[in-house]
Amino acid sequence: MRIRASCAGRALRLYFDGELDHHAAKRAMGEIEGYIDSRLPRDCVIDLGGLTFMDSSGIAVILKAYRRMHDIGGRLGVERVTGQPRRVIDAAGIERLISIA
Amino acid sequence: MKEKNVFKAEFPSRSANEGFARAAVGAFVSQLDPTMDELGDIKTAVSEAVTNCIVHAYPDTYGSIRLKVRLSDDGEVEITVKDRGVGIEDVEKAMTPMFTTGGDDRSGMGFTIIESFMDSLRVKSVPGRGTAVTMKRRIASRR
Repeated sequence: MRIRASCAGRALRLYFDGELDHHAAKRAMGEIEGYIDSRLPRDCVIDLGGLTFMDSSGIAVILKAYRRMHDIGGRLGVERVTGQPRRVIDAAGIERLISIA
Repeated sequence: MKEKNVFKAEFPSRSANEGFARAAVGAFVSQLDPTMDELGDIKTAVSEAVTNCIVHAYPDTYGSIRLKVRLSDDGEVEITVKDRGVGIEDVEKAMTPMFTTGGDDRSGMGFTIIESFMDSLRVKSVPGRGTAVTMKRRIASRR
């Protein structure tokens, strides 16, 4: 699991690569909070295009990022969701809270 | 269920083994020629069950996790994940969506995802003795 970030103005995009499970989640949460707290974006997008696997630990990571963005008055979206991660996100029903594309 | 093949493994409750467990089960189940979605669903369920052992069954220590996968000749996959950890006081509550004792690092969606991805889920637990999770999924024949 690897996270890369790009920032344009007050928009932050986080690219997830690899497999996001409980083993990877703790470090991922720390990295995401670091990016959000240092850039204070208005919009944050998590890009799952490179993610080959996630389980409910990934849902917890997305929800934590959502709460962080909510705390600073920003918005979170999740994009390029396909394959296995899409099935997990659909089963968890988080699209009621978070924009999923 | 007439057994066609069986695979057993035992490993310590280290989080690095989550990826190993789902990959091993995925490779074993592949002999039934599942679709990508079926394989992904099964690997996800294994990941959830093994993570439960690591996070909840052995919260402050490393313990043993036993994994058993049975394939029947009519295309059914039965997976059992067992631990000898702390057990679950109230199984029904533990299976409630969004319920977790793991704080905000956990989503509380593990059992919910297993239930939606597998045909059946059975959880047997004795507090202080451990938990056994048995899940079944039939692979649709593509012939």
